[in-house]
Amino acid sequence: MSIIVVGYVPNALGEAAVTEAVEEARRRGAELVVINTTRADRLVNPAYADSEDVSKLEGMLEATGVPYSIRHSISEATAAEEVVDTAEEVDADLIVIGLRHRTPVGKLIMGSTAQTILLSARCNVLAVKLP
Amino acid sequence: MCSVDNFFLLMEGFATAMQPMYLLFALGGVLVGTAVGVLPGIGPAMTVALLMPITYSLEPTAAIIVFAGIYYGGMYGGSTTSILLNTPGESSSIVTALEGNKMAKAGRGAAALATAAVGSFVAGTIATVLLSFVAPYVAAFAVQIGPVEYVALMIVAFLTVGALLGSSVLRGLASLGLGLFIALIGFDSLTAQQRYTFGSPFLADGIDVVLVAVALFAVGEALYVGSRLRHGPIKIIPVTGGWTSWLRKEDLRRSWKPWLRGTFIGFPVGTIPAGGADVATFLSYASERKLAKGENKKQFGKGAIEGVAGPEAANNAAAAGVLVPLLTLGIPTTATAAMMLVAFQRYQIPVGPQLFESNSTLVWALIASLYVGNLMLLVLNLPLVGIWVKILQIPRPYLYSGILVFAVLGAFSVNFTPIDVIILLIVGILGFFMRRYGYPIAPMVVGLILGPIFESQLRRSLAISQGDPVALVQSPVAATIYVVLIVIFALSLLLKRRQRQFEAMVAANADASDVVRGSASSSEAAVAPTAKTTDQREDTDR
Repeated sequence: MSIIVVGYVPNALGEAAVTEAVEEARRRGAELVVINTTRADRLVNPAYADSEDVSKLEGMLEATGVPYSIRHSISEATAAEEVVDTAEEVDADLIVIGLRHRTPVGKLIMGSTAQTILLSARCNVLAVKLP
Repeated sequence: MCSVDNFFLLMEGFATAMQPMYLLFALGGVLVGTAVGVLPGIGPAMTVALLMPITYSLEPTAAIIVFAGIYYGGMYGGSTTSILLNTPGESSSIVTALEGNKMAKAGRGAAALATAAVGSFVAGTIATVLLSFVAPYVAAFAVQIGPVEYVALMIVAFLTVGALLGSSVLRGLASLGLGLFIALIGFDSLTAQQRYTFGSPFLADGIDVVLVAVALFAVGEALYVGSRLRHGPIKIIPVTGGWTSWLRKEDLRRSWKPWLRGTFIGFPVGTIPAGGADVATFLSYASERKLAKGENKKQFGKGAIEGVAGPEAANNAAAAGVLVPLLTLGIPTTATAAMMLVAFQRYQIPVGPQLFESNSTLVWALIASLYVGNLMLLVLNLPLVGIWVKILQIPRPYLYSGILVFAVLGAFSVNFTPIDVIILLIVGILGFFMRRYGYPIAPMVVGLILGPIFESQLRRSLAISQGDPVALVQSPVAATIYVVLIVIFALSLLLKRRQRQFEAMVAANADASDVVRGSASSSEAAVAPTAKTTDQREDTDR
């Protein structure tokens, strides 16, 4: 069975990415691995799901009937590294991420997770935009 | 000195503080102050210490206005994190978290923020008025006191600061002693003998106060944060609705009395050296809880607006109260006040009873800028909450590496010698271990700053009495001060104990479910981190 890795953030874009990944999983008959991590280096990280978000996500995935697993943890690596490494580890066929507009200055200062994943992933990457 | 004179002097102060240049400085000060108030672990004392070397090039009035802005801004900023995150930005906002965070969870965060901001403004303004009228009288009294009485006052300051600014009396006094010891390093001012210098020319001038303060506050804190970087991020509670509709009529009706009560509790507590603003906040909370009736009383513990309005008013009033002993006697009772005293010393402004006479323009400009700063804070804070919350998303490595660079630059610029940077690092490591083992830093800084003044006054008194120590308690004023000391001390320890019970309650009440850590499967791992953050905060920085 092939595997699809999804980078999830608890917002509309993250949900769009998961929805798209579910579609893709059905089409390919694949299994989903949903990832949400934080480096815990900041006091408030809106990209990190709390337990409420995770149970909502589980409910949403349960309803689709697609086989899935959720990796939700604090890690040393950046979110991008985590997604790419997991994709290699499980030998994924596809990575699904959400893509949003970033200003050049914003990217210069904070870097872009999406860009790192797009450039360093060994498999195909599906970049989902907000509907 | 009659009060009409003071009024004219205050108006002159306004004329100075309202100059566009000084308004800009005040604005910069309050913005920086609020930002550091919002960030847990970074407080106004650290900021003033870090900025001290940079402000050498400013004229005294501008620098003092900036520092006053930071001081007041820090008091405002702390409430934001308390309410939205249940992580008090600084120690005097711990009590606010108690009701404020509950309100935020019930969707009333906006009202809590609004009552905190307006209450801070009301209290800050009333307390500044009190400061403008009380301080000159205290100063007029203070000029008459001699070295013997001064020694008595210093002892009061040492003991209260040492014993009350931390979790344990012994640790506080140990920290104070360490500060006094570092103050002894260098040339003896009377005999020019070298003390504790080990013959090294680098130590002959003593260790600069700014160096030690920056090392303890900035380097020590950075190392401490670095040592425990992995903590799950905290979920922030979003604030809904436009900020104009934040304070409803009902909220206002329930808030105005706590604001006023908080002010009149906070100001006197601030003026006596009883540990600064924290004691005031908890006293105010306790009295609001007692005074509440019926439905409102039941809300306590579940998000009563009185429990936010009172303490927030009290901490700002206390902040103004702390300036009374600082400006009239030259005695700082909190770490931030101690850093402001250092700023005065840097500019060769004699602190102490003469300050009001010798530098009345500066002092009144400072007081006037407090009024202005308060108004700015009210206008800025409510609409800018979104930005303050954004600040919390800065990754800590960026934040603390910035602070370290600033600290090292500042240390180097004190004398332009690399030795100072090495001393900074050594003291910084000491600061880390103090922080790690729960030794409060504030008493050390106060001891370091007051030590030399205390020594010279003590030796002067003993020279007058020809070495007879009994003379130190024979003056009626000094004797009264000692008696008052005993009373304050007993009272403060009592307050402190009750405050600790309250803090334990805060920790116990802290609802941990909003703190996310660990993996999704282990939701029981999410127990108690909030409580931990609360008491970690305890002694950092005031």
